[in-house]
Amino acid sequence: MSYDINWEYSRELFPDLLDGLVVTLQATSFGIILAMSLGLVFAILRRSEVRAISWPTAWVIEFIRSTPLLVQLFMLFYVLPQYGLRMDAFTTGVVALGVHYATYTSEVYRSGIEGVPRGQWEASTALNLSTVTTWSRVVLPQAIPVVIPALGNYLIAMFKEVPLLATITVLDVLGEGRAACTRTGNCVEAYTMVGMLFLAISIPSSVLVRQLEARLARQP
Amino acid sequence: MPDNPDVPTRKPSGLVAAAGDDLEGANVRFEQVTKQFGDLVVLDQLDMEVSPGEKVVIIGPSGSGKTTILRVLMTLERPEGGTVEVGGDHLYHEQKNGRLVPASDKHVRQVRRKISMVFQHFNLFPHMTALDNVAFAPRKVLGLSKDEANERATNLLEVVGLADKVGEHPSRLSGGQKQRVAIARALAMEPEVMLFDEVTSALDPELVGEVLGVLRDLAENTSMTMLLVTHEMGFAREIGDRVMMFDAGRVVEQGPPEQIFSDPQEQRTRDFLRAVLDRG
Repeated sequence: MSYDINWEYSRELFPDLLDGLVVTLQATSFGIILAMSLGLVFAILRRSEVRAISWPTAWVIEFIRSTPLLVQLFMLFYVLPQYGLRMDAFTTGVVALGVHYATYTSEVYRSGIEGVPRGQWEASTALNLSTVTTWSRVVLPQAIPVVIPALGNYLIAMFKEVPLLATITVLDVLGEGRAACTRTGNCVEAYTMVGMLFLAISIPSSVLVRQLEARLARQP
Repeated sequence: MPDNPDVPTRKPSGLVAAAGDDLEGANVRFEQVTKQFGDLVVLDQLDMEVSPGEKVVIIGPSGSGKTTILRVLMTLERPEGGTVEVGGDHLYHEQKNGRLVPASDKHVRQVRRKISMVFQHFNLFPHMTALDNVAFAPRKVLGLSKDEANERATNLLEVVGLADKVGEHPSRLSGGQKQRVAIARALAMEPEVMLFDEVTSALDPELVGEVLGVLRDLAENTSMTMLLVTHEMGFAREIGDRVMMFDAGRVVEQGPPEQIFSDPQEQRTRDFLRAVLDRG
């Protein structure tokens, strides 16, 4: 079976898909900012010596990680409004992505934090540094640079999951592609181009992350 | 001090010389202090007193609990029983309505200010220069301005013979240099009590001398109370006002260095010293 690609249609379609791509990149950017900040908070709370803090945090992380992102997305978008919490589709998508991925980034931070030798904590105690100063000026400056490549990998993974947002009416790049497909029937062109756009961003990003990893490995 | 012959004669800028002068009675007091790791009793109802300005050297076989004494004082290990006092204040307890209750974090932090510690493995902050390692806590904890803290740090690094290394990160320093930065860092907090936990054990033999030189200088020229855990017997004999032989969580015997090293009363002390001195 052969198929004649409609090149002209593809060219016409391109601007719409680019609009969608912008939405995808925006969702990724906001999502990763939320994931990285909330993940750090999770990681620190989980290490708390107060069990009333560390246990619930561990439980929340486990709960979020053990349920599919798509289900969380539907809960946020279709169920929460019935209880009065209404957010627009894009915000809902960013929150779902950010919170979901925060559970993964918290694990990444945890490994970085555990990699800081115990002697660093002990020196901080001996110098009478406050808890906040110990975290912000001693532990995290050593823990975070090590885990940046791992965070980068989650950034790319999250980017590739943004199309899930199309299911809650966000016109991301897949949403635009699907709209075009329904409108004109030229689905091969639409979805192929969507895939190509993802490749065009994912591959250079992966190369960048690998370079970061290599540079970090070279450092003492 | 092979690379800095003028250090032993210089008084460490007078900044620590005053500490401890106004203290009455014991500066450090342990009463019935017990510390266990699982079934292993590392401190067994330990009673101990150290006078202001006294230099106490703690010796004993490894695993005997001698390092734990320092770690309990630094609040790195919490004892299961007993009380610890530093400069007249309880470390793990505070008075409330005439009763001794477990101390709040705030109280612990306040009393802990009087103590500083130098570790076997230096524990310098690798992401900071030598100067920042020393200046950081005085700024953050003692509230010094950046200029004041840097000045204090520069002076102290000079005292330990590292004036030319202020801008270096620890990764570019030798073990002996790292340990001298760590000593300067501890001194910068102007403690009443300094703890030295096997500070030469992780060093290459040829670097031990420069660190001992700094310690000797501190012992002779300051009135800080010093507690040292060490395996350097010659050094212990030279600078100690008192030597404590420690084994199995208890003080086996203690006394002036001449007595412990020349005329030990206990068989365990004799065995330990013979083993250590034979090896050396």
